[in-house]
Formats: sequence, structure tokens, C-alpha cells
Amino acid sequence: MTFNLRDYGANIWARANKWQRYLMALVFIVAAFSLPLLENTFFNTPNTPFVSVLFYPIGLYTLMALGLNVVVGKSGLLDLGYVAFYAVGAYTAGLLGASLKLNTWEVMPIGIALAMLSGLILGAAVLRLKGDYLAIVTLGFGEIIRITALNSPAIGASMGITDIANPPTTFGFKFDLDNPESYYWTILIIIIITIMAIRILSIRRPGRAWEAIRQDEDVAELMGVNIYKYKLWAFVFGAAVGGAAGVLFASESMFISPNIFKLEVSIFILAFVVFGGMGNIWGVILGAVLLSYIPERIRFLSDARMLIFGLVLIIMMNLRPDGLLPRKKREKIKSDKKDSK
Amino acid sequence: MDFSVLISEFPTLTVDGIALGFIYVLIALGYTMVYGVLRLINFANSEVFMIGTFASILIATQLFGHTIESEPLTGFKLVYTMLAMLLGAMIISGLVSVLVEIVAYRRLRAVTTNRLTSLISAIGVSIFLAEGVRILTSSAPMGAPRLLDKITLVTIFGADIRIDILLVIVFAIILLVCLDIFVNKTRLGKGIRAVSMDYDTAKLMGININKVISTTFLVGGIGTGAAAFFYVTVYEVTVFRIGFELGIAAFTAAVLGGIGNIRGAFAGGLALGLIEMYSSAIFGTQWKSITAFVILVLVLLFRPNGIFGESLQQARV
Repeated sequence: MTFNLRDYGANIWARANKWQRYLMALVFIVAAFSLPLLENTFFNTPNTPFVSVLFYPIGLYTLMALGLNVVVGKSGLLDLGYVAFYAVGAYTAGLLGASLKLNTWEVMPIGIALAMLSGLILGAAVLRLKGDYLAIVTLGFGEIIRITALNSPAIGASMGITDIANPPTTFGFKFDLDNPESYYWTILIIIIITIMAIRILSIRRPGRAWEAIRQDEDVAELMGVNIYKYKLWAFVFGAAVGGAAGVLFASESMFISPNIFKLEVSIFILAFVVFGGMGNIWGVILGAVLLSYIPERIRFLSDARMLIFGLVLIIMMNLRPDGLLPRKKREKIKSDKKDSK
Repeated sequence: MDFSVLISEFPTLTVDGIALGFIYVLIALGYTMVYGVLRLINFANSEVFMIGTFASILIATQLFGHTIESEPLTGFKLVYTMLAMLLGAMIISGLVSVLVEIVAYRRLRAVTTNRLTSLISAIGVSIFLAEGVRILTSSAPMGAPRLLDKITLVTIFGADIRIDILLVIVFAIILLVCLDIFVNKTRLGKGIRAVSMDYDTAKLMGININKVISTTFLVGGIGTGAAAFFYVTVYEVTVFRIGFELGIAAFTAAVLGGIGNIRGAFAGGLALGLIEMYSSAIFGTQWKSITAFVILVLVLLFRPNGIFGESLQQARV
């Protein structure tokens, strides 16, 4: 018997009663909110302020990894163009903030809605494709969005959009360069909302439909699951999360340009999802936090850090092929049959 | 939109498009053959191409001592230098490709059926190779010495057929014919076709799966290496991120034709090369890759498995 952290955690959770669960969740949330206190300890990141690293890349990438996890991990749709929704959110914030003078919180629902709309349009067109064809078409969609932005002078072309307004002071929290922790706490709240939404959806009809589609599309369809509809659902949900991340990113960095939304971002986020353990929320969070934190922590290696990142991916995938915290195996018989390959 | 350039330059664009198309075809082999056998996107193939371009240039500069300022060579000396560059790129790319299989895929194949795991591991290899080369070259592009004097041989309908373009087309056709003979006539080729038809049955029939897969990677790598040499000969420059750009295009070409199908890769590569040339004449070069993707989406909407569908067993180049 090898030690399995996910089972260990799941067991503790299963044995706890209602109040113990609330307590654990509360401790966990308080711990997450107090992470900025770790500044100037061993965990400090050289060259970049620790608290802003907590927001970007860690917080933002964790949020996007959670969104992509619904698409790739839960429903098994390989999406290589996830960055497109992030870009849609960010550009909405940049354009509407300047032209309509809306603040970040007012732009947020619009950004999310537009990202969902683009997810709906893309999904409606391509979700009948399977497997790797879907991957290349979504990849193409991401590139189409980026290159269109790059070649459209109306939205700043390669210069991008500058002077995007920071969010206004809310509940006494200032949002500016001196107060990076406000951004971190905001993204943490969005992450918590997302986790709750995913947990609620997972145990209800959409979650069961996604699981069925992931395991076997044809059988799911025969069983009466409307696979097209639920695939679209997963896609739109992922797009909404990506859009929210984009809006927040634009208002924090105050500057966006097409080169931020490269294909590499989609691939990194996919790597976080698979590295942590596809389909398992905690695994994905762990993967995203570790993989976005490590390159910042080892910035003193400056040039070699991406080299080491690649090496870590290879070694970890070989040691733990199902990710750090893999999902619970629900398809025992089928996987046994396939293992005989 | 501007059709005047397209109409006036049509023959030249066609010739350039065919040359570019053949380069895509050769890279696409690395994707399509591996896909045929393993049903995996061989993500690291783009870096195999990148290493091939550097190998090719380094052979000319380090082994033969040519520099960017060198005068073009003639006669026998030209032939053996170019052949050394071509063979060197093919051998090094082939070996890197086999190494990638051993590092990124072999162990995972035994322990998991999750295809995304292999994809991420291949992405890891890809990042590792690209970053390694970036550090070694300090992110600087590397120019290739012009060993072949690029004279125009003939002019057909106003299109200049340069000697380097002709070289690419002729050598690519020779290589593709060799590949066709290899896949269809030899014992190992039969093994590759059998594994791509049915992995489990092929294994039961006593085919050495690991050997077949290594051979597939080797052949794909050799084709990619040849493409690297041709790219260097025509465009005369390389940089660490070249693999990514060309790799995406070649993968698109493979999917366009029907991934896993060698004949499809051939058609897809040529089609993509031509489409990119024509569309950059009409819309401007900055829209080049978008047109390729839009065409891809349109093709896939009507033919969800590519133009020719996916199957290696009916491979005919």
C-alpha cells in the first residue's frame, strides 16, 4: 500500500461531522487569506514582491486551471485555446473601462458574459469534433483571437491598451500598487466561489453528465445524456472563469497587449491541470500553485528556470502519471482492461 | 484585401508555396506517423525540427569552417558539403526523436492509458529542448552561410524557379518515394502498418511493439531533419523558437489531410503551403496563420476526420 494523500484527505473529510467540516473549511480559508504574512520568510520570492506573486501568477493561474479543469478534467474535452477567453475578459475590461468609464466591478459581469458568449459560439461550431481535432481547432481559435487583436488598430494592435483603471476603493480596501494584497484577496474570493460552483455542479446532473461523457461518449449518448448540450455547458463554464480572470488581470496590470495571450499560456494552464491531477479540484489547485510558484521562487536561476520547469514536468509525469493528487478511480474495470495493453 | 498582387505574382507564389508545402509535408510526417501508431500528438516534433536546423548550420560552420561571409561553393565541394548537412540534420533529428520517445513516452505507455499525461510529458521535453537551445545561443538567431549560389534556372510563366527551390522539391519527392517503399514494401514497414491498424492484435501476432515505435519515431525524425535542412537552405536563418512556429503549421497540415494518414499529410502540407502564400498576398503576411486556421476549421466542419480521413494502413504517398 502506497501512501495516497488524496485518499487520506478524503477519509478525514468523510469521517468528520457537519461542524468539523465547517471548522476545517474555515481554517483552510483563513490560512489562505493570511498567506501574505509569509512575506520575508523562506517562501519569499526574489526579484518580485511576494504578495503580487500571490495574485499573479499564482492566484490567476489557479483560477484558470480550475476553469480549464471543468473542460479537460471533468468532461475530457482537450481545449488548447483556453487563453482566448482570458483575452476576451481582459480586452473587455480594457475597452469598456476606457470608453464607458465603467469600473472593474461593473465590467466584471460584462466580461464574463462576453467570454461565455464566445465560448458558446466556439463550442457550438466545434464541439461535434472529437479528441485531437478539437484540440487543434481550439488552438486555432486562440491564435485567431490573438492575431486579430494584434492586427486591429482599433484595439491598439501590438501596442495593446494602456492606462486601464485600477478597481475603485471597495469596503475600505485600496486597489493600487502599494496594496497588492487586495487583489490577492479578491481573486481568493473568486476562487472560493468557483470551487463552490464546481462542487455543486459536480454532484448534480451536469457533473454526472460530464463524468459519463468523459468515460465513454457513445455509451453516454445511448443512455440518453444530451452530450452536445453538456459539452457546451462545460465549455461555457470554463469560458466564464477565464473571462473573470481576464478582467481582474487587466485591471491589476493596467496594461494588456496581444503578446500576453500567447498559446504558451493555454499550454501552461493545461500543464497545471494534468500535473496536479485532472478532474480533482484539490490536485489542480496544488498543481497550479506549485508550478506557478516554483519559477518565481527560483528566479535567481534566471536563465535556467524554464529549463528546470520542463525537467520537472518530465520527471513528475513519469513518477506520477495521473498527477500529484489524482481523481478517485470510478472506472476500475475499464482501466484494468486497458492496462493490459 | 488586394487581389492585384495575387494575380500578378500568381506563378511565383505558387512555386514558393509548393516549396514551403514540401517542408510542411516532411515535418508533418513526424506528427502523422506517430499519431498513426500511438494515437498521440507528438508535441516534441517541433523541437526535433529546431535542433535539425541548428545541426545543419553548425555542420556547415563548425565542421567545414564556412562563415556567413563565405563565397558560394561550386562543383564537387558543394555537393558533399550539402549532402553532409542534409545527412547530418537527418541523423541528428532522427536520434533526438528516438530519444524523445524513450524519455517522454516509453515508460508512460506501460503505466497509464491517459493520453494527456504523455502530452504533458512531451510538452516538458519540448520546453526543455527549446530552453536549452535558447540558453546556448543566448536567444540570438543564427544565420546560415549561403553555400549554394541561388541562381534562377528557368522562368515559367514569369515564375523564377530558383535552384534551391528545385532542390527542395526534387529531394522531398525522392524522400517521400523512399518512405512509401519503406512503409509498404519492407518488413518493418508492415509492422508499422499493423500496429497502426490494431495495437493489441499486432502485439499478439508477435510484433515487437517497442521496436516498431522506435522506428516510427526514427523515420518521423529523419523526415523532420530533412525539412530542417531544406528550411535552412531556403530561408538561411534559424532561432530557438522556430520549431514552435513551423511545428504548429505542420501539425495543422497533418490534421488538414487527416492525421495518421501519410497521403493526407502530403496533400495537407502542399495545400497549407499554397494557402499561406496566396492568403498573404491577398490579406498581407500578418494574417497568414489565421487563414490557415480558418481553412482548417471549415474543412473539419465538413470532413471531421480531415480530407482523407485517418488511417496509415492505406498509406500511399
